[in-house]
Amino acid sequence: MNNLEFTVLVGLGSFMAGFLGALTGLGGGVVLVPLLALVFKVDIRYAVGASLVSVIATSSGAAVAYLKDGFSNIRIGMFLEVATTVGALFGAFLATKVSTSAIGAVFGIVLIYSGYLSSRTPVDPPPGEQPDPLATRLGMNGVYPSLNGPKSYFVHRVPLGFGLMFGAGGLSGLLGIGSGAVKVLAMDHAMGIPFKVSTTTSNFMIGVTAAASAGVYLNRGYVDPGLAMPVMLGVLAGSMLGAHILVKAETKVLRLVFSIVIAVLGAEMLYKGFTGGI
Amino acid sequence: MARTGIRAFTDQKLENMVGNLLRAGVSLSALVVLFGGMIYLARHGREPASYNVFRGEPSDLKSLSGIIRFAFGFHGRGIIQLGLLLLIATPVARVALAIWGFAEEHDRMYMVFTGIVLIVLLYSLLGSGSAF
Repeated sequence: MNNLEFTVLVGLGSFMAGFLGALTGLGGGVVLVPLLALVFKVDIRYAVGASLVSVIATSSGAAVAYLKDGFSNIRIGMFLEVATTVGALFGAFLATKVSTSAIGAVFGIVLIYSGYLSSRTPVDPPPGEQPDPLATRLGMNGVYPSLNGPKSYFVHRVPLGFGLMFGAGGLSGLLGIGSGAVKVLAMDHAMGIPFKVSTTTSNFMIGVTAAASAGVYLNRGYVDPGLAMPVMLGVLAGSMLGAHILVKAETKVLRLVFSIVIAVLGAEMLYKGFTGGI
Repeated sequence: MARTGIRAFTDQKLENMVGNLLRAGVSLSALVVLFGGMIYLARHGREPASYNVFRGEPSDLKSLSGIIRFAFGFHGRGIIQLGLLLLIATPVARVALAIWGFAEEHDRMYMVFTGIVLIVLLYSLLGSGSAF
C-alpha cells in the first residue's frame, strides 16, 4: 500500500468512526485506535497519538454547539480539569514506559466496559439529599433549562468525583480516548450531576484533557503527521455530519449495534494484548 | 443576588467568546493540515506506507522550533505538524481566556484552579520533551 492509498482508506475509516461516534454520542476516539491497530496494523503508539489529536478536534468542534444552550457548567468543568489534566500528563508519561501489549490489554478492558455502559439508557440521578458543602463553597451548584423552566441542581461527593476524574485523565493520556465511561461514573453517579449538564460539561473538558497529553506525545515523536492528517480530517468531517443528522435520526438500534462493535473490538484488543499480538 | 447576576452575565459573555475562539482554532488548523497534506501527498504519495514499525519522529517534527522551521521550509509533513500544533494550542488559549474571565469576576479561587490547568498544559507542550 502506498501513502496515497493509505491516506484515503484511513480517512474513510476515520470518517465512519467520527460519524457513528457523534450519532450515538459515544465519541469516535474509542473505535479509532482499535481500527488503526487491528485493521491497519499501525503501531499502537502512533495510533494513540493520532487519536488524541482527533479528540481535541471533535471536542472543540462540538463544544461550540453545546456552549450556546446553557447546559454546560464552566465552574464544574474548570475544577475537574485540574484533576483530568494532571492525570492526563501522568497517563502520557506512563504510555512511554509500559509495553504496547499492556496498553492494548487496558484498552480492551475499557472498551468492554464502555460497550456495556453505552448499551444502557442513561437516567438522571435521583434528586440528591444534602448538597456537598464543598460544592457550595466552590460555587458549583447551578441551573439548567428544562421543559418546565429553569431547574436548579446540587453537586454531591466532590472529592470522590475529583479522584475519579484523575483516573479518567490518566486513561485519556494512556489510551488517547475521551474517557467518556469514567466521566459517567464520576459526574453522573458520584457527583449526581444531571445527565445533560454532565455530558456537555465533559465534552468541554475532553479537549483540554487531551491537549495535556498531546503535548507529551508530540514532544516524544509519537504524533506522525502522515497518519494524523487523514485521522483528524476524517473524524472531524464525520462527527460534524453526524451531529447534523442526529436531530432526526432514531439512534436506539444504532447505539446497541455500536456498543456491540465496541465490546467485540475490546475482546480482540484484550486477546491481542495478552498474546503479544500488539 | 446582584453578584450572581453579574456572574451569570460574565459567564455567558465568556462562553460566547470561548465558542468563537474554538471554532476559529479548529477551522484554521484543519485548513493548515489539509494544505500540508496535499503537498505531502503530491510529493510522497507513491512511496510505500509503513506505520507498523515504531521509529519515533525526527527532532524536526517534535520540538516547537523544529516544527516551525520545517513548516516554513515548505515541507508537507512540517506544515501538517504546524496545523496539529495550532489544534493543541486551541484549548490552551481557551483556558487562558477563562483566567481572564474569572479575573473580571474577582474570583480568586477559580483564577488559581485555572492557573494550575494552564501551567500543566504549557509544561506538556513546551517542557515535557527534555524533562524525563
